[in-house]
Formats: sequence, C-alpha cells, structure tokens
Amino acid sequence: MKFANSPLLSQLLPAWRARFVAALILLAFGVLAARSVWLQVVKNDFLQQKGESRYSRVIELSATRGRITDRAGDMLAVSTPVKSIWAIPEDARLTPAQARELAALLEMDVRELNRRLAAEKDFVFIKRQIPPDTASMIAALNLPGIHQQREYRRYYPAGEVTAHMLGFTGVEDKGQEGIELAFEEQLAGKPGSRRVIKDRLGRIVEDVESIRPPQEGRDITLSLDAKVQYLAYTHLKQALADHKAKAGGVVVLDAKTGEVLALANLPTYNPNNRLKLTGAQLRNRALTDVFEPGSTMKPFTAALALEKGRYRFDSQIQTAPGRLTIGNATISDAHPHGMLTVAQVIQKSSNVGAAKIAGTFAPEEMWQMFDALGFGQPMKLGFPGEVGGRLRPHKTWRPIEQATMAYGHGISATLMQLARAYLVFARDGDMIPLTLTRLDSAPVAGKSIFSAQTAREVRVMLEMAVQPGGTAPRAQIPGYRVAGKTGTAHKLEGGQYANRYVAAFVGLAPVSDPRLVVAVMVDEPSAGKYYGGEVAAPVFAQVMAGSLRTLGVAPDAPLKPVQVARDAALVPESL
Amino acid sequence: MLRLNLALIAIVLVSALGAVASQHKARKLFTEMEREQERMRSLEVEWGQLQLEQSTWATHSRVEKVARERLHMKPPAAGQVLAVEAVK
Repeated sequence: MKFANSPLLSQLLPAWRARFVAALILLAFGVLAARSVWLQVVKNDFLQQKGESRYSRVIELSATRGRITDRAGDMLAVSTPVKSIWAIPEDARLTPAQARELAALLEMDVRELNRRLAAEKDFVFIKRQIPPDTASMIAALNLPGIHQQREYRRYYPAGEVTAHMLGFTGVEDKGQEGIELAFEEQLAGKPGSRRVIKDRLGRIVEDVESIRPPQEGRDITLSLDAKVQYLAYTHLKQALADHKAKAGGVVVLDAKTGEVLALANLPTYNPNNRLKLTGAQLRNRALTDVFEPGSTMKPFTAALALEKGRYRFDSQIQTAPGRLTIGNATISDAHPHGMLTVAQVIQKSSNVGAAKIAGTFAPEEMWQMFDALGFGQPMKLGFPGEVGGRLRPHKTWRPIEQATMAYGHGISATLMQLARAYLVFARDGDMIPLTLTRLDSAPVAGKSIFSAQTAREVRVMLEMAVQPGGTAPRAQIPGYRVAGKTGTAHKLEGGQYANRYVAAFVGLAPVSDPRLVVAVMVDEPSAGKYYGGEVAAPVFAQVMAGSLRTLGVAPDAPLKPVQVARDAALVPESL
Repeated sequence: MLRLNLALIAIVLVSALGAVASQHKARKLFTEMEREQERMRSLEVEWGQLQLEQSTWATHSRVEKVARERLHMKPPAAGQVLAVEAVK
C-alpha cells in the first residue's frame, strides 16, 4: 500500500490538537523570554560580577613607609619587607616531625607552636616579622595550612643612640613614639589597589583600572647630625657611669639656624628589640621632663638688669655675709663673698647677688622676659608628650619667689627649653624657633629679646665662669673660647627640697662667633660629686669639643688655654 | 558588485586578523612590563636592605671601635694640632 493511499491520512484529526501544540510551543517561547529577561535584566549585575571575578583580579599595591635620615643623608630608620607566618589551625595537621622542623626554623618552642595551632580560631599568627630568607625556607617545607603574609618592619641602624629622637613603630608599621609619631602623616604610605585581567597562567595581561594609586611615604630629613648625636650619647653614658647617676640628657643646638643637632637621653633602649621596655627607658627627658634649672637661670637675671640699665657690667653688689633674708626665708651662698660686680655674680654663681639684682625688677618685667624666652609653655615642636614647664603668672609672685626665680628655683623647664633660651646669648639677643628637620633655607627672622650689647656682655660673663675663678673651669676646650653656666639644683620631692641634685651645664662656643649651644643635665649623681661644674661641665666640654671639630668650626683661641688667675680662690662653686 | 563585496570581505578579514595580532602583542608587552616592574620593586627592596646593611656597618660605635683597637688611632692632643689660617 502506498503511503499516499493510507487510510490514516484521510482520517481528520480533531482541531484542538493542533491548537494545543501551538499553545505549548508559544508557552515554551514565553518561558524562554521570561528567563532571558530574568538573566539579562534582573540578575545582570550579579552575573557580570561573577563573570568578571573569573578573570579580573584586584591587586593590593603596598606602599613603603618613608625613611628617616640625618642631615647628611645617613639612614636612621628604614622599613624593609619581612614575612609573617600565619595558619588556619583546622587545616594545619602537622606531623610531630614537621612541627619540630617548623619550630626550629622559627626559633620557637614546639609546645608553644602546638598551643597556637590548637586554638579554636580560623586564623592565628604563628610568628610575625621574620627575615625573608627564613620565610622562604618555611615556604619550601610546603606545610598544609601554614601561610605567609608580607609585612614591613622598621629597622634603626643606630639603635639606642637615636632611640628617643626617632621613637619607634608598632607591628602594623604605625608610629608610636618620637619622630615616628610626630611625622606619621608624612611618613606613612597609603596602600593602593588596581584591577587587572589575569590569564589562565596567572599572568597579568591587561590593566582595567587603577582603583587607588599607592602613595609612598615621604622621607624625612632630620636636623640631627649622626656624629654629634653619637658624641653626645657616648659622653653622657660615660658620665652617668662615672657619677652613678639615675638619668641624664644632652641637647646640641645649631645657634645659627635653630636646628636640633643632637638629643640624647639616658636611660635608653634598643628600638630594634623592645621586649623589656620600662617607662623610665622610654622617657624623652630632654622634652618631657621638667626640672628646676637652678643657677643656669642667673645669666637671664643679669641680662635683664643690663638691658633695663639698672646695672652695668661692673656695678658693685654687696653679697656679704652670704645670706639674705626676705620675709621669713633666707637665701644663702655656698661660699660667702664680699663685694662682687654683676659679672662676678655670674662667675661665682652668687645666689644673694642674683636675688639682690632681681629685687629691683617689677614682677611683670621679669615674667615678660621669661615668657619671651619660652619658659612656661611647650615649644610646639610637634613632639609627642612635650611639656612646657612651670612659670606662674606674675600677679601671684611673692617677693621671696621673685628672688628665688632669679637663680632658677620656683620655675621649671625642660632641658630643650633651657638650651633654646641660651640661643639668645649666642645670637646677640635674638630668639628663633627650633626645628627638628633640616632647614634648607635661612631660618625665619628672630625676635629680639635683648640688645646685641647686652648679649655680648653676658657672653663675657659666661666666659669668665669657665675660666679659673669661675664655677666651671672643667668646661674649657683647648683651642676655643667657651662660655657657659653651671647649675646645681636640689630636687623637689613632694613639695620639699630633698638632698638629691640635678647637675646642669649650658654653654656656647666659640664665643667670638657662637655656633653651637650645648645643654647637659645629669639627674641624681650619687658618686660623691654633684656640682654642675664637676659633673655636667666635663660632658659639655667633651661634646662641644668633638662637635666643633666634626663641624669644622675654626678655633678662635690659642691652643693652650690662657691661664689667668683672676682670683686666688680656685674653688669651684655652685648653687 | 560581486567584486566590490569580495574586496570588502578581504579588507575586513585582514583588519580582524590585525586586531587579534596586535591585541596579542599588547598583552605580551604588558606582561613583560609587569615583570620589569616587579623586578624594579624587588630591586628597591634590596636597595633598602643594602642601605640598612651599610648603615649598620658604619655605626659610629663600630667605626670608633675599629679605629681605636684595630687601627690604633686617637684624637690629636691639644699641642698636636696646627691651625692653618685661610688667606683673605
């Protein structure tokens, strides 16, 4: 039978079947259309994102923290990448042999390692900041669940010598003390990121966009001179050992520019290894500890007297019998003198003389001078924890207080403030702000506090103080004319003056054209000697001599110190 | 008409192949650049480490120790210095 004659063909199908099939097909189209709307419109973003994540990657671009260098460009603080080892405890199933091997490489106790791996956490640091070569050895072990992360670690090549000036950073490479904290904004780099397309082999084949360009930390050039700093540190350390002192500080300033060339404090610490740090080691005494400056304040009293024209360089003052009673308090000299000139009051460091001079000032005049010299307020160097010392408002001064302030009691200051105040004598009466960073242009114009004439006369007085007959012949330096003043102050403990001392010396050199100001403070010398002239002056001489030589300052005196006996008495005195 | 179409097809083909080739070349060059930049970064790291090493060797305390103990140097005493005045 032929197909065309098949009786089945002549049989008519019901009409609904064709419509049913057509409807099914239409429905199928509808479902497809709906699905495509769902995928292309509703879920579009999600799917695009998923697709992109198969080939595009966001890469973190790390930024390095800026370096800190001294004024000559010597590295003082450098960040270098290190690795941190971390683990997912659940994945880290180590055999005892593997654990021993890992612990040996990390120089850890195996039990400590196992304790960390037993933690109920998804993420534990095993050891942070290990050297890159150790890290690559660990990577070669190919241990399960042990991972590495790149971090930066800060190194301080000069160690304890520059510890207080620089401060340090934490594990996250953020500044925590000193310059590191003060200049955090400039030093810190901002990590960036960018989106790229990677191929099957993980190579970057295309840059899609830069999400955030990384910003490298800026380098900081300090005003510090590493050589001067080293001299200051070693000589102070020696002096502390010799005199069994509790603490000490040295500040070296460039008188021409106001730059801080050195700032050394003891006790100190090694910023590269801060395991056993105590508060005493951390303190930057030169900026955050105040003390009563004692006799080192007398030159300011004399300067004000000369400035106001009440006294001349050689005006006579009666200091006999070495005591002066004001109200119900008595001021006394360590050694009684007779008639002294103003210059001799400074040279011999007579408290009575200074008090008598101060008696002629109005409290306001004296307060204005102290205020202009920067006492009683922080210097705003930007250093963390910097304090301003104490200078009470002049309206509350009693006569006895005014008298004691003339020789540096009842007023307190940091070593840095004291050194800065002496800039006035070194700069012919000018006061300029200090700076911790290197100045590349001339310093700002100074504010005149005393006339050049007054400043020069005080310099002569200060020079007499280091010559025979003065309080600090041991501050002399062969080849240079030196000027300076000693200070020996009783320490205040609970409002009472105790039998403990702070020995200080502040001086400048060369006198003919002052270049440096050096201030030395030794806290609680307890090996018998405690006068500023015996404890602090030799440190000053060593630091000053070394610094002048290092900086190439021309000598201004014959090499043999001129030995002129101005007075028969060669007793070093202080207070 | 046919000839024009054939010519146009040929031009389109050549252009398409050119686009593929240059894209490939661009990616290759880019990978190379990435590699060089990676090298630059690692050299910078190495430079930092070398600077660190240099300043550790040049620590003043070490220099002083070597000068005093190994080279037997000492600062000149006051009488041993001769100041040379600059001629003005």
